[in-house]
Amino acid sequence: MMWKKENIIEIIISNTLRIGVLLSASIIFAGLILFFIYGSGYDGTISYRLNDILNGVFTLKPFAIINLGLLLLILTPVMRVVMSLIIFILEKDYKYIFITLTVLTILMTSFILGVTE
Amino acid sequence: MIITSVYIFAASLFAGLLGAMLGLGGGIIIIPFLTLLLKIDIRYAIGASIISVIATSSGAAAAYVRDRITNVRIAMFLEIATTAGALTGAFITGLLNPKYLYILFGALLLYSALIMYKKKNNPEIIKDVPCNPISDKLGLRGCYYDKSLGKYVEYNAAGVIPGFIMMYVAGVISGLLGIGSGVFKVIAMDVFMKLPMKVSTATSNFMIGVTAAASSLIYFSRGNVRPDIAAPVAIGVLIGSTIGSKIMERLKSRTLRMIFVFVLIYISIQMIIKGLSL
Repeated sequence: MMWKKENIIEIIISNTLRIGVLLSASIIFAGLILFFIYGSGYDGTISYRLNDILNGVFTLKPFAIINLGLLLLILTPVMRVVMSLIIFILEKDYKYIFITLTVLTILMTSFILGVTE
Repeated sequence: MIITSVYIFAASLFAGLLGAMLGLGGGIIIIPFLTLLLKIDIRYAIGASIISVIATSSGAAAAYVRDRITNVRIAMFLEIATTAGALTGAFITGLLNPKYLYILFGALLLYSALIMYKKKNNPEIIKDVPCNPISDKLGLRGCYYDKSLGKYVEYNAAGVIPGFIMMYVAGVISGLLGIGSGVFKVIAMDVFMKLPMKVSTATSNFMIGVTAAASSLIYFSRGNVRPDIAAPVAIGVLIGSTIGSKIMERLKSRTLRMIFVFVLIYISIQMIIKGLSL
């Protein structure tokens, strides 16, 4: 009984991680190969702003493609926290909804404080 | 350019393999490799090491979570302590002298290595862990299939409060010194919460990704994550950690413990030397 119910959480989280990893690894790999052939695609400084990265991807700048992949990789653990939250909500597991929300709040706080520093 | 990438890829493969097995981020391999051997600026080495932590965590966790070696609930519960600790650490930086912190925590790690070494002859299946009211309330227990034993291992968490406090300390240290969060997590789960060794390293591995994700966005926007370095690191670590998770599931807990103790002694000596030289 317990086994089956808990299995759903594990399968969903595992698949979230797998999709995130495969997607980001393929994009990073493609960017790296393009970098070997064409160079970085940038003359001076590289912009790490999301808009510039996306524009760079459309113009096939190798470093922009790598950065998109890296961003997806960074977002993968965050996605798995969000997915767990959704599962706990569906299961009406109030203790763990509270625990997950607390973790997300602390993460957001440290992120905002880090940015404004 | 390609040659350098191949070197970074190879080192990262190894870092991912070891990190996935032991529940560490791989920074202990990536940072010295990039700074000492390739003479890369420490800022970019740290940026690459943060990427390595996330890649190790996500790469191995896909398998560990599916095979139920990672305990998702224990991880989520303890993440309150580690994230709060990291936040505290970031605030009190500068108030404490890092020299003494390195020596103090180096010594603490060395002592933990001794405790963990003493447990080497423990039976692989832990029985008779006393009931714990908090652990029962939060469902901090589980069961996984151990491939090296060929049977199911059932467990529940003891010492929830000491474990939680230790996790908070782990968070503070990683916030202060920027290192070693994985090691302290494994120690907290193994020594204080009496979880099976494999559950401790896999759950630590799962947790480090979340903490690193928060700080990595900051490093990324500051431009510390250089694409030409981070790309081979990410791919190497992802492949390495996938292989590492397969090996770990088949290892005996005793062997895993001995490798961990060995790495623990290495890290603690490095921390003490660093403290003394500051």
